[in-house]
Amino acid sequence: MTDTTVTIEVNGRELQAKPGTMLIEVTDAAGIRIPRFCYHKKLSISANCRMCLVEVEKVPKPLPACATPVTDGMKVYTRSPRALAAQKGTMEFLLINHPLDCPICDQGGECELQDVAMGYGNDVSRYTEGKRVVADKNIGPLISTDMTRCIHCTRCVRFGQEIAGIREMGATGRGEHMTIGTYIEKSIDSELSGNIIDLCPVGALTSKPFRFSARAWELTQVEGIAPHDSVGSNINLHLRGNKVMRVHPRDNEAINESWISDRDRYSYEGLYADDRLTTPMIKKDGEWHEAGWEMALEMAAAGLQEIGDGDQIAALLSPSATLEELYLAQKLMRGLGSNHIDSRLRQGDFRLDETASTVSWLGMKISQIESLNAALVVGGNLRKEQPMLAHRLRKAALTGADLHYINPLLLELNHEASQTVCTPAGLLDQLAAVAKSAGVAAKGAIEEVIKSAKTDESSSTTADVLKQAESAAVILGGLAQSHPDYALFCLVASALAEATGSNLMVMPTGANSTGAQMAGAVPYLEAGGKPAQAKGLDVLKLLKMPRKGYLLMGIEPGLDFWSGALSMSALQSADIVVALTAYRSPELEACADILLPMAMFAETSGTFINAQGDWQQSRGAVRPQGESRPGWKILRVLGNLLDLEGFDYTDSVQISEELSAVCSNDVLDNRFSSSTPIERQLKTDSLQRGGDTPLHAIDPLVRRASALQQTQDAGSAVIRLHPTEAQRLGLTSEEMASVKQNGYQANLPLELDESIPEGCVWISTGLAATATLGQPFGEVTVEKA
Amino acid sequence: MKVLSNYFKSLFLLELFRGLSVTGRYLFKKKFTVMYPEEKAPVSPRFRGLHALRRYPNGEERCIACKLCEATCPALAITIEAEPRDDGSRRTTRYDIDLFKCIYCGYCQEACPVDAIVETRVYEYHFEQRGDNVMTKQDLLTVGDKHEAQIAADIEAQSKYR
Repeated sequence: MTDTTVTIEVNGRELQAKPGTMLIEVTDAAGIRIPRFCYHKKLSISANCRMCLVEVEKVPKPLPACATPVTDGMKVYTRSPRALAAQKGTMEFLLINHPLDCPICDQGGECELQDVAMGYGNDVSRYTEGKRVVADKNIGPLISTDMTRCIHCTRCVRFGQEIAGIREMGATGRGEHMTIGTYIEKSIDSELSGNIIDLCPVGALTSKPFRFSARAWELTQVEGIAPHDSVGSNINLHLRGNKVMRVHPRDNEAINESWISDRDRYSYEGLYADDRLTTPMIKKDGEWHEAGWEMALEMAAAGLQEIGDGDQIAALLSPSATLEELYLAQKLMRGLGSNHIDSRLRQGDFRLDETASTVSWLGMKISQIESLNAALVVGGNLRKEQPMLAHRLRKAALTGADLHYINPLLLELNHEASQTVCTPAGLLDQLAAVAKSAGVAAKGAIEEVIKSAKTDESSSTTADVLKQAESAAVILGGLAQSHPDYALFCLVASALAEATGSNLMVMPTGANSTGAQMAGAVPYLEAGGKPAQAKGLDVLKLLKMPRKGYLLMGIEPGLDFWSGALSMSALQSADIVVALTAYRSPELEACADILLPMAMFAETSGTFINAQGDWQQSRGAVRPQGESRPGWKILRVLGNLLDLEGFDYTDSVQISEELSAVCSNDVLDNRFSSSTPIERQLKTDSLQRGGDTPLHAIDPLVRRASALQQTQDAGSAVIRLHPTEAQRLGLTSEEMASVKQNGYQANLPLELDESIPEGCVWISTGLAATATLGQPFGEVTVEKA
Repeated sequence: MKVLSNYFKSLFLLELFRGLSVTGRYLFKKKFTVMYPEEKAPVSPRFRGLHALRRYPNGEERCIACKLCEATCPALAITIEAEPRDDGSRRTTRYDIDLFKCIYCGYCQEACPVDAIVETRVYEYHFEQRGDNVMTKQDLLTVGDKHEAQIAADIEAQSKYR
C-alpha cells in the first residue's frame, strides 16, 4: 500500500483515510460514533443490520457505513435529518420482534440494542401484530440461548466461520422466519465458543454459569492475566463484592486480539469449588487436623530442617504459579542447599538437561505466527493445548500457509493441512524422515535416529515446503514434550529447523513455563535463566529416586504429573511433604503431611511470563478465601523461619523487581545440543499407550470449573482404540477393559475411535480415573476386564 | 387619639376576648381529634409505608430479580441475590430491605417493572430485636399476602395517573 490518503468530510470535519477502508473504520478511529449491530472490527462485513446508515452527499439513498469504502472528497453526515430518519426507521423494525424482557435479560444494562434504542428508538411501538417467538436451543453447558431476542446480526455465525473455524451456527429460513441455530440439536464444542457471548449485541447468547447472578452495573472491572496457557491472555475480571462473577477478554492485539479461550473465560468457577482449602491442615497419626498458620509453618520449617541434607529435599512446582512464587520457592530450596527444583511436571524426557543452558520459548512473537508461510507441527494438538496460538496458526493457514502435522492421532482441524498419523514410537521416525529429506546429517547424538529414518514422498514434500517458505517454523507441541524421547525430538527438530532455515517453536505447556525457567525453577537454571553452578535432578529422577522431603506448590499428585502412579507412590514414601495448595484433594491428602492454603489466580498479585517473553503483571482482585494467603507470603515466612537470607519482602513487586534485575530476554533460545549419544526409549514393536492432557484437565483450577467439566474438552477416562485394533485384541465397545502399564492397572470403558492409529491405545492423563496409570506414552497391555 | 384607643382596648381586655371567642367557637363545633390508636387517620393511596412483595393471583411471586429497585435505591437499603430457579426462571434467592437505611422515597416501587415491590399503607410496626430491621424476602411476601387486596386497590386507583 502506498502512503496515499484520501480526504473525506464527516459532519463537517475533515478526516484522512487510506482509500478502500470502510467509512465506519474511519469514523471509529476519529471517535465519531455510528450505531451498529452487525459490524465488528474482527469479523467480515455483512451489512445486514442496516443500523449504520448514513447520508452521503450526492448519493440518493442512505448508505451503510460499514460497507461503504471511502473515496476522495466524500461528504458524510451521520446525524443529518435523513441519516437519523434512516437509523430510526431501522431501529423501529429491529424492535418489532424484539421482546420487551430487559428486566429478566442478562444483557440488560450492557446491551447494545438497549443503548441504541435509547438514542434512536421510539417510546411506543406502532406495531400491533403478533410478535415472533423462536424456541431456545440447547447449545451446551457454556452458553445459554434466548433466541427470541436475536436480531439476526449474524456475528456469531461469522465468528464460527471465520475465527473458530467451525460452522456450528448458521441461519435457517428467510425474512421473518429466519432463525439462528445449530441446524441440529448439538452443543457448540469450539474451544473459543464463549466469545460469541461478547459478540452478541443482544441477550440472545449469554453465559450459562453467570446466568441471572448479577447485573452489569453491579460489577467492578479489574484487569487480570489468564493463568492457564502460555499465551497469557489479557482478561478483565468482573467482580461483585469479593467474588469473581465472570471473565471477559481485554483487547491486546499482540497477544489475544479480542478473544479468549473458554478455559480462560470459565475457569473462575473453580475458585469457588467445595473443596477449597481455607485453613492450614496438618496430619497427625493419619488424621487431618486444622491448625493455625504459626503452628503449620513452624512444623513445615522444622520438618524440612530435620532432613538436614539438601540433597534429600525437592520442590515440585506448578508451571502455572506466578513468577514470584516460583522464584521464592527456588530461592528457598537453594537456600536449603538443594538444587532439586522442577516445574516441568508433564515433560517425559530430561536427557538434555545436562547441556541445557537457555530458556526455551515460543521462538517468535505470537503475532508473527499468523504470517508464517509453512509450519511443521510435531506432537501437538494445538487447538486443545493452546487455543489462542492455534487460532493464530489457523490465520496463517487461511492466508495460504502450508501446514503439516505429525501426530499420534488424527486431529480434528479447522483449517487446511496435511496430517501424518503414526504410533507414538513412529512419531520420531516421521520427524527424522523429514529431517533426513531436508539434508540433516546423521552425526552426533541423532546419528542413529537419522540413519534409521526412511524418507518418502510426503517427508520430502514437507522438507521442501519448509525450505522454500520465506517464514517457516517447526513446532514442538505438548504431546511431543510428554514423549519419552523428547530429547531426541528437540535435537532432530533443532537440526531440521537449522537445515531448512525455519524457526524452532516450543509450545510451553503452563502459563508460566517460560517464567519458571527465568525464575530458576528448573534444575539446570538459576534465577535469570543463568546456567546453574550445580545442577539438580529433574522431576522424573526425583520421583524415581524418592527424596525424604518434598515441597509442592499448586499441584495435585496423580493428576499434574507425567506419570500419575509414580508421583503418588514417590510422594507417599517421603518423610515429609509440605504442600502449598488451594484445594484439598484426596490425592493430596494421601501424600502430604502439611497443607498450607494458598491464594489462587485473581486472589494474588503476580507476574506471568508468556511464551513470547512478555512480563505481565496482575494485582490481586479479590481477598483470598478463608485463611489462605498468597503463595509468596507463605514462602517468605517459611524462608524467615528457616533463617534464610533475603526473605524480607513487603510486597510482591519487590520480588519481581529483584528477579527482573538479573533477567534479560537474551536467554530465550531454542537451540538444543547434546554431546553424548541418546538412546531411543520408546521402541516400535509392541502396543503403546498414547495420551494427552485434555484441554480442561490441565490444572487444579480448571478441573474444578463445573461448566467446563461438562464439555467434551474435559476429557473422559476411556480407552480409545482403532476398531481394527480392538478387533485384533478381541474387544468390543460395550465392555470395560483392563489396562496394565508398568505394573499399574486400571479398568476403563472402551471407545472405538478411528482417529487413533492402529497399534496405539489412547488414554488421557490428568483425570482421576487414569491417575492410577503411568506415563502418557509407553507400553501397555489391554484385555477384557 | 391612638393612645386613648389603646388604653380602652387594654382596659376592657378586648384582645383576650377576641382570642377566647375563637376558643369558644371551637368548643361547640364538631370535634376532629383522632383518638389514635383507637381511631386512625385517613391514609392516601399514595402513602409510602412498610414494603411488601406481591404475588400473582396464581401464587407465583412477581419479583423477577431484575435488580432495578436495588440500583435505584438512593439509600442502598436493598440487597438482592439471584439465580435461575429449577424451572429456569429468574428469581431472587435473597431480597433484603434494611428499614433503618430506607428513606421511604418510593423509588423502588417506581422502578419495578412488574409491580412486585410496593410500599403499603402500613405504618405501624416496630422492631424488638437487633436485626429485625432487615426485612427478608419471606417477611416482605408475608406483608404482601396480608395486604394484597388493599395494595391492588391502591395501584388500581393510581393507575390513571401513571
